[in-house]
Amino acid sequence: MQELRNTYIAAVAAVQDEAALEDLRVQALGKKGEISLKMRELGQMSPEERQVAGPALNALKDELTSAIAAKKAALADAALDARLRAEWLDVSLPSRPMRQGSLHPVSQVTEEVQTIFADLGFGVAEGPRIETDWYNFDALNIPGHHPARAEMDTFYMQRAEGDDRPPFVLRTHTSPVQIRALEAHGAPIRIICPGGVYRADYDQTHTPMFHQVEGLAIDRDISMAQLKWVLEEFFSVFFGTKVKTRFRASHFPFTEPSAEVDIQCSWEGGTVKVGEGDDWLEVLGSGMVHPKVLAAGGIDPNEWQGFAFGMGIDRIAMLKYGIPDLRAFFDSDLRWLRHYGFASLDVPTIRGGLSR
Amino acid sequence: MKFTLSWLKRHLDTTATLDEIVETLTDLGLEVEGVENPAARLASFTLAKVQDAQPHPDADRLRVCTVETDEGIKQIVCGAPNARAGITVVLCKPGDYVPGIDVKLSVGKIRGVESHGMLASERELELSDEHDGIIELPSGEVGQKFVDWLALHRPERVDPVIEIAITPNRPDALGVRGIARDLAARGLGQLKPLETPTIAGEFPCPIGVEIAEDARENGCHVFAGRLIRGVKNGPSPEWLQNQLRAIGLRPISALVDVTNFFTYDRNRPLHVFDADKVQGNLRIHRSEGGETIVGLDEKTYQFAPGMVVISDDHGVESIAGIMGGDATGCTDDTVNVFLEAAVWDTVQIATTGRALKINSDARYRNERGIDPAYNMQALEDAAAMIMALCGGTPSDVVVAGAVPDVARAYALNPARVESLVGMSIPAETQRQTLTNLGFRLEGDMAWVPSWRPDVLGEADLVEEVARIASLTKLEGKPLPRMQPGVPRPTMTPAQRREQTLRRTSAALGYNECISYSFIDQAAAALFGGGTEATMLANPISTEMSHMRPDLLPGLLQAAARNQARGQMDLALFEVGPAFHGGEPGQQHLQVAGLLVGRTGPKDVHASTRAVDVFDAKADAEALLSAIGAPEKMQILRDGPAWFHPGRHGVLCLGPKKRMAVFGEIHPGVLAKLDVKGPAVGFTIFPAEVPEPKAKSASRGALTLHDLQAVERDFAFVVDRDVEALTLVNAAAGADKALIAGVRVFDEFTGDKAEAQMGAGKKSIAITVRLQPTEKTLKEADIEAVSAKIVEKVSKATGGALRG
Repeated sequence: MQELRNTYIAAVAAVQDEAALEDLRVQALGKKGEISLKMRELGQMSPEERQVAGPALNALKDELTSAIAAKKAALADAALDARLRAEWLDVSLPSRPMRQGSLHPVSQVTEEVQTIFADLGFGVAEGPRIETDWYNFDALNIPGHHPARAEMDTFYMQRAEGDDRPPFVLRTHTSPVQIRALEAHGAPIRIICPGGVYRADYDQTHTPMFHQVEGLAIDRDISMAQLKWVLEEFFSVFFGTKVKTRFRASHFPFTEPSAEVDIQCSWEGGTVKVGEGDDWLEVLGSGMVHPKVLAAGGIDPNEWQGFAFGMGIDRIAMLKYGIPDLRAFFDSDLRWLRHYGFASLDVPTIRGGLSR
Repeated sequence: MKFTLSWLKRHLDTTATLDEIVETLTDLGLEVEGVENPAARLASFTLAKVQDAQPHPDADRLRVCTVETDEGIKQIVCGAPNARAGITVVLCKPGDYVPGIDVKLSVGKIRGVESHGMLASERELELSDEHDGIIELPSGEVGQKFVDWLALHRPERVDPVIEIAITPNRPDALGVRGIARDLAARGLGQLKPLETPTIAGEFPCPIGVEIAEDARENGCHVFAGRLIRGVKNGPSPEWLQNQLRAIGLRPISALVDVTNFFTYDRNRPLHVFDADKVQGNLRIHRSEGGETIVGLDEKTYQFAPGMVVISDDHGVESIAGIMGGDATGCTDDTVNVFLEAAVWDTVQIATTGRALKINSDARYRNERGIDPAYNMQALEDAAAMIMALCGGTPSDVVVAGAVPDVARAYALNPARVESLVGMSIPAETQRQTLTNLGFRLEGDMAWVPSWRPDVLGEADLVEEVARIASLTKLEGKPLPRMQPGVPRPTMTPAQRREQTLRRTSAALGYNECISYSFIDQAAAALFGGGTEATMLANPISTEMSHMRPDLLPGLLQAAARNQARGQMDLALFEVGPAFHGGEPGQQHLQVAGLLVGRTGPKDVHASTRAVDVFDAKADAEALLSAIGAPEKMQILRDGPAWFHPGRHGVLCLGPKKRMAVFGEIHPGVLAKLDVKGPAVGFTIFPAEVPEPKAKSASRGALTLHDLQAVERDFAFVVDRDVEALTLVNAAAGADKALIAGVRVFDEFTGDKAEAQMGAGKKSIAITVRLQPTEKTLKEADIEAVSAKIVEKVSKATGGALRG
C-alpha cells in the first residue's frame, strides 16, 4: 500500500501538463483505476482485514485527490504566468491623446468676483457694449464739454449721413450699467456689472478692449465706511490673505465723495505681492454715488444713497495669478491659454475656495 | 502739474518735511506722480580741503593731493588743472556712487599711486555740464555735507520738484497757491498772505478793447488789459529762470516768463502783446472760417466758423485763451507791452482747442476754469511784476464785458458727513475746514470760493470736509446682508446658461479665447458684416475697424496666428457678444468653437485623425444638451455662406428657432484668412434655446421595465440624397409605444455601393430597440412591428429593405 502511494505521489509530482495529469487521475482513481479496483476488493475481505485496509485506502484516495487538485492548480498558475509573460507590453508608450480644454483667466476671475459678491447679496447686471452717449456720459454726470470725456479715449460708431443723433460709443466703462439697472430695478439694489469695455489706447500696458467690474449698492443709509469694509472683505477673500486698503481722496464725476483705493503690497525682487509689505498699489476707483447719477437712474437722491466702485478684471487677474502682459490676454496664443488657463471643473465657490 | 518745494514755500509757511508733504498731497486727492529730489543723490558727499598738491611721479597731468577730510588726511589722485593747495572741494569717498560717471568708487591705484576717493566736478555730480575742473567752494567746513552747503548757498540746486496729477474738478490746484491752500487746510502749515498791489494808470490806454456781439454769449465773459510803456525786455532774473527750468519750462524773456509764472503760480494764464505790432484796437469776435494765424509755436492754424479769436485792424492776432500769435508776440526788442487778462467760456475753449489740436498751458487751464474773481487783480499783480523786472509806465486799465458772478452758497449739514461717509467730525471742525479752503460761512450757508467751479451742491461740501479730514482714517463698517440667513442665488437663467456653455466647452477640450470685439472690414464682410452700420468712426487701426458680426472670424484669425507659430492642431472657443447692428442692444451672445487640424497629434495607437464635420456636430449637440435644449431637433441645410454648402447643418426647432449651426468652414474663407484646413466649427445661439418648462426640481418617477428588450437590425436601400434622419424618424414613428430607440450603425455609399444596388443608391443600416412593457415579445409581435417599420421607412424615403 505504501509503495502504491509513493508511486502515484511521485507520478503526480512529475506530471508536466494537464492532459497527463488527467490520464494519471483516471489510471489511479477512474472507474477502473488501480485504487478504485482495490476499493472494490474491500467487499471480499474479512471484517478484520477491512477495518485495517478500508481507512488506509480511503486515506490514500483522499491524499491522491488533493495532490492532483493541487497539481492542477499549480499547472494552471504556471500556464497563466507563461501567458502573462508573453503578454508584456511597453507601458512607457504614451496613452491615447486627450484634448485638454481651458478657461480664460478673465472668465475665471470674473466668476471668482461674482462668487464673492453673491455672498454679499450682489447680483450680476449686464448692459450693451455699444452705448448711447447719454448712458455712457451724461447720465453719469459727464456733460459733453467735460474734460473727463476727452480723457477717456472714446471709440465712436460711425454715423450714417443724415443721421443727426449723437454718435453711439463703445462703452468706456461698465458704469452705464448702473443707470440701466437703476432704471430697471430701482432701489434698494446691490449689483455688480462685469464686462468688456473699450478705449482707444494701445501700448505696453493698455489694450483697446479690457474688462471691468462695476459695483453698486443703494439703500437708505449705506455709507462710504461700508464701502471700505466691502472692498477689504472682497480683496481678502479674492487674494486669499488679509489685505489692507487705503482710501485716497480723488475725483470721478459720478461719485461724491470719491476715493481711489490702494491695496497693500510689497515689491520684493521686482514682483508684486498683495497683502504684505508697506507699499500701496492703486487698483480701484470708488465713491458715494453722485446725486445727479441717482436722479438720472430715476432714484430720489433725498431718499436713497449708496456707493459705487469700478476695477479692472484683467488687472486683478494679473496681480493674483502673476500674469505679466495685458496684451497677451487677447492674442489667443495656445501656449498662453494653456499656461494661464483654468480647468473646466475649477469652479470657484465659497466652500471650495476661490484660488486655483 | 509740476512745482518745486521752494515755490510751494512762497505760499506755504511750513516746517513739514518733503516726505510729509508728498504723502499729504496724495491723501488730499492731489496724487503725487513723481518727486525729483536732487539732494537724494548728493547726500553722501562731504566738503574737504586740499592741503597739498604734488605732481604725480608717472603722469604729467595728474596731481597727488593731500586732502583733509572728516575721516582724517587722505591721499587722492586728481587730474583737474585747478587742484591745488588751499581750496575747499567736494569729496566722494570709496563706496559712494557718483551719478555723473555712473560708478561706485573704491580705493584704487592710479599709475601706481593709491587714491582714496575723488574730488568732484559739477558734471560728475550732474549739477551742470561744467567739467573744466573740480568744484571750488568759496566757503564751507571740512566734513560739512555738500547738500547742506547747497541748501544754504545755492538752494535752487537742491530744490525738490514734485509732480502731481490733477483731476478735472480741481483747476485751482493748477496753481501753486491752490496746492498750498489744501496743505494749509490739512494743517501742514500756514497759507502766507498775498500782496495785492494797486498800480495806478498814468495815461489812457492807447489800445481799446471790445467784445463783439456774437462772442458775448458762450465766448468771452471779460477781456481786460493795459499798456506798459517803455519796458526793457531781456532775460528774467535767475530765481525766476531757475523755477521755470525746474518745472520743465524754457525761460524766454522777462515779459513771457512773467506770464508763465502767473500761469503756474496762480493758475492764471495771461498774454502779452508787443503793442507796437498791434494795429488799432483789439476786438474779440467769432471767426468767419478760413482765417489763418501763425501761433507762438510757429505753426499755422486755420479757423473754423464760430471759433473765438482776437483781432486787430490787420486781422486775427490771437487764438483767444489758447495761444497768442507770432506776429504780435513779445521779443527782446519789445518796448511797449499790452498785458491781457480775460475770462473765457470753458466749453468754447475746449472745443476750439480740441479742433485745432493745441495743447497749451493756457488752453489746459482756461478749459478747466480759472478764478474769474481774480481777473482784475491779476492785471495789477502782473503789471507790478513786469515793472519790477523791466521798468516801464503803466496805462489805465481797459475792460470789455464783465467779470462773471459765480457767487453761490449751499447748506452745510454736518450730519451728512456721518451718514454719507461714516466719519464722525465735529460741526465746528467742519466749518473750520471749509473756512480754511476759502469758503465763507454765513449761518449754515457755505459760500463757495470763486476758484472752485467744481463745488455745486451739498455733497461737494461733504467731500471737501472728508477729504481734508483724510479718507485714510476711514474705518470700515460691515454692510449687513439685505436679508438674514443663507444668501439666495443671484444668477439669472441666462447667466447660468453662459457659465454652463463655457465650462462644458472647456470640458470638451476647447481652449477659451477672448478676442477683440472689432475686426478688419474684409474679415467682417466674409461673415455677413463689415458695413457702415457696424463701423467705428475712429478705429485705432484698420485691423480693428468693424464690430464683429460673428465670433468665428476672430477664432480663425487666432488659428492662423497659432499656425504661424507651429501650433497646427487647435480647439478654440469663445463666449461673447456678436454685433448684428451698430445700435445699443444690437448684439447677441454667441458661443463659437473651432477645430483645426487633427483630433490630436499622430500617436502610436493611430487613434487620431483629421477633424471632420461630425466632431463639430457632436460638440454642438453636447453644448445644446448641456443647457437643456430639446432632444428632438431638425437639421436644416440653409446655414450661412461661410460654411461648406454641402457640409453644414443648422440645429433648429423649426426654421425660425435656430439654436446652432455647425459645419466645415468654407475653403474660400479659410484661404482668405490664411488658415490651413481642415477646419470645422460651430456657433451656438443660447437665446434661441427655449427655457425648460419644468418649474419644480423634481425629476418625475423613473419607469423601469423588467421585460427583456429586443434589438433588430434593418438595412435599407435608398436614394443617395435621402437623409438618415428622415429614415430614423420614420422607423421610430412605426410604433411609438414599443420602439425605445433607433440608431444608425452603418452607411454604405459610393461606387461600390452603387455597383451593387444601382446608380444613385446607398444603403443605411439601423438598429431598432423594442422595449415591451406588458408582456414578453413573441416572434409574431416582432415580425409585425418589423413589417410596420419597413412600410413606414419605404413610404418616407422611397427605399426598400436591402435583400
